[in-house]
Amino acid sequence: MNPAETPQFNIHAGNEFTWNVKPILHEIRHALQRFLDNGETSIIDLRSIPLAPGEEESIIETLGRGEVQARLDVLGASEIYETKYTGVWLVTHYNDSDSIVSRFIEVTEMPDVLKSQREDVVHALNALVTELGTDKT
Amino acid sequence: MTKDKNLKNGAPEQVNLEKGTPVKGTLGEALRSQGVSRRSFMKFCATTASMMALPPAMIPTIARALENARRPSVIWLSFQECTGCTESLTRAHTSTVESLIFDSISLDYHHTLQAAAGHGAEEAREVAMEENYGNYLLVVDGSIPLDNPGYSTIAGISNLDMLNEAAKGAAAIIAVGTCATYGGIPHANPNPTGAVSVKDIIKDKPIINVPGCPPIPVVITGVLAHFLTFGSLPELDHIGRPKAFYGQSIHDRCYRRPFYDKGQFAETFDDEGAKKGWCLFKLGCKGPTTYNACATTKWNNGTSFPIESGHPCIGCSEPDFWDGGGFYKALSMPTVDLSQTAAYAAAGAAAAGVAIGLMNRSKKNTSNKIHVKTTLEDLKK
Amino acid sequence: MSEIEILSWARGPGLQIATVIFVAGVVIRIFEILLLGRKANLAEAKGSEMSSGLKTMITRTVPDKTTFKRSSVTIVAGYVFHIGMFISFFFFAPHILFFKDLIGISWPSLPGAVIDACAVISIIALLAVLVNRLTNKVMRFLTNFEDLLTWFLTFLPLITGYFAFHRIGFTAPSLLAAHLLSVELLLVVFPFTKLMHTFTLFLARWYNGAISGYRGVES
Repeated sequence: MNPAETPQFNIHAGNEFTWNVKPILHEIRHALQRFLDNGETSIIDLRSIPLAPGEEESIIETLGRGEVQARLDVLGASEIYETKYTGVWLVTHYNDSDSIVSRFIEVTEMPDVLKSQREDVVHALNALVTELGTDKT
Repeated sequence: MTKDKNLKNGAPEQVNLEKGTPVKGTLGEALRSQGVSRRSFMKFCATTASMMALPPAMIPTIARALENARRPSVIWLSFQECTGCTESLTRAHTSTVESLIFDSISLDYHHTLQAAAGHGAEEAREVAMEENYGNYLLVVDGSIPLDNPGYSTIAGISNLDMLNEAAKGAAAIIAVGTCATYGGIPHANPNPTGAVSVKDIIKDKPIINVPGCPPIPVVITGVLAHFLTFGSLPELDHIGRPKAFYGQSIHDRCYRRPFYDKGQFAETFDDEGAKKGWCLFKLGCKGPTTYNACATTKWNNGTSFPIESGHPCIGCSEPDFWDGGGFYKALSMPTVDLSQTAAYAAAGAAAAGVAIGLMNRSKKNTSNKIHVKTTLEDLKK
Repeated sequence: MSEIEILSWARGPGLQIATVIFVAGVVIRIFEILLLGRKANLAEAKGSEMSSGLKTMITRTVPDKTTFKRSSVTIVAGYVFHIGMFISFFFFAPHILFFKDLIGISWPSLPGAVIDACAVISIIALLAVLVNRLTNKVMRFLTNFEDLLTWFLTFLPLITGYFAFHRIGFTAPSLLAAHLLSVELLLVVFPFTKLMHTFTLFLARWYNGAISGYRGVES
């Protein structure tokens, strides 16, 4: 059987969207408006919404990629990038076998998890002090 | 700990897990000592929130609570079951983030997973029960046979005795899987072992039902996470299931729902409709009467769920799903052979109808015969 | 008994009991009527009984002007209700599956939105007939318990169906069970009440037409 004859099985919903793609994009629009108006940040959990196969991808495709991207090495990888709509970030957490464990759209200046965390800074300072203390020079 | 257990209205209740837990220190301390960074912890909290189906706005609250949570002792009892629930759960374990949840409990007895065997294993259970009396979490999978205690025993102890004994000192019970929650497959007609669920036996402890055959792994861990985070039972529905996961039906959250509304159905497993991914109602989908998180949480780390793979929902998180008249029989179809019933009824009634009709006739004829016309002569008498 | 158990009962034994009573009741009553027999008419036939009878079965569907004027609400709302119910009863996909299981044949279904609209229209029409019955003095005087009972039992499957369709208030299994049980209740009382008109209507119309036909007059 040549590839053209391979039957298409029901793992796609044709080209029809379910009713959730547009509303999510509009929700992001409203969130962005609120962020501009009074600095209110928002997080949308993409895994809490029923989406047909390919729809999550289509949302992500619509949002595109912007200027900033970061890769975190925390309990498996995490990928964070700003979409082409400034202020809208996509945060994807992977586990150590590279499956997605959670995925969020954040509307903010910068997702909190990117910032250096106070607890870690304390830990870092201690480590540095220890390091310098043992340094004989 | 709070004694007033008011499970029926599904209200969340306080269960104090703090006293007497074996491992000292908070979860935050434990994680830091393992070198888990704050960023990792934030990722863990975000994922936990998603897992518990809580809004992302709750993440800071969860972080604070988890930071200060203490590791509870967990005793896991397996009765008449197939180990599918444990299999499901250990698949969840492959994920680093979820495994943190397991690091944050002290699983003191689980006869499939623990290293100890025989007397050593049973001793571990007894010690854990004694040391954490009143505070440990009891997890149960499998149903309990009541017909003959000998049908299922562990170390010579019948399931019923072991459950009763372990339940006494438990802060709360999590019934995992449809067998423990509603009797499941052992309870299916004709129920040869007289299998019953945990809540049929234990009446004086808070019980969280986590049904499913098996339950979605993150639903199991989500319930554990809720315990860790809030130290209380999640809000439950009328049959004891956490509303966060079982609050909506598969049908209402199904991405194929628009096809149902438009009346576009797959008629067979390989027709044009099936290939186009249309609604599986006609193929027996129990999505409309089944409450579970499959449609959003999905399986295999969010890969898909049965309907997405082209198979109707079998309703495994509902009581008696096994006896629902067949997995491939549409919900609106009768579970019995109604046409045969109707045919017999019609045939019988036709005969009866003819008999009654003839009786009516003969009655009419008889009354006609004995009817005597009144003549003028009669009236003159 | 859990809601799923009730649903299972309603889909199985409950349905079986209701079907036996319904089918047996209807068949016995029709046989009784047919076997009543008629006295031989000694007058010479001036026309065909059959053709006039069949014609009347259809022509009586259109109400005559005076009747329409006198009880326009009953007729209009009555028609709207019957047509709406017919559509939502016979063209809703899950219902068609039920018939397919019962008699082995199926036909195309209508989209959920159409069914929904028809059901709502039927419900409104049914309420209109009830209001009319209770406000119209003559109708009210003629109303007996059976009229109200049959109205209620007809209303129940529609309203429970509407609730089940939209999943209002209760869980899906309970709503579905309530819908099935209401239908079963309707089936059980059907042969013993005026609901029998579903079948006797045509017998009566045919007979009316046949009498006129025999006499050679317009029915």
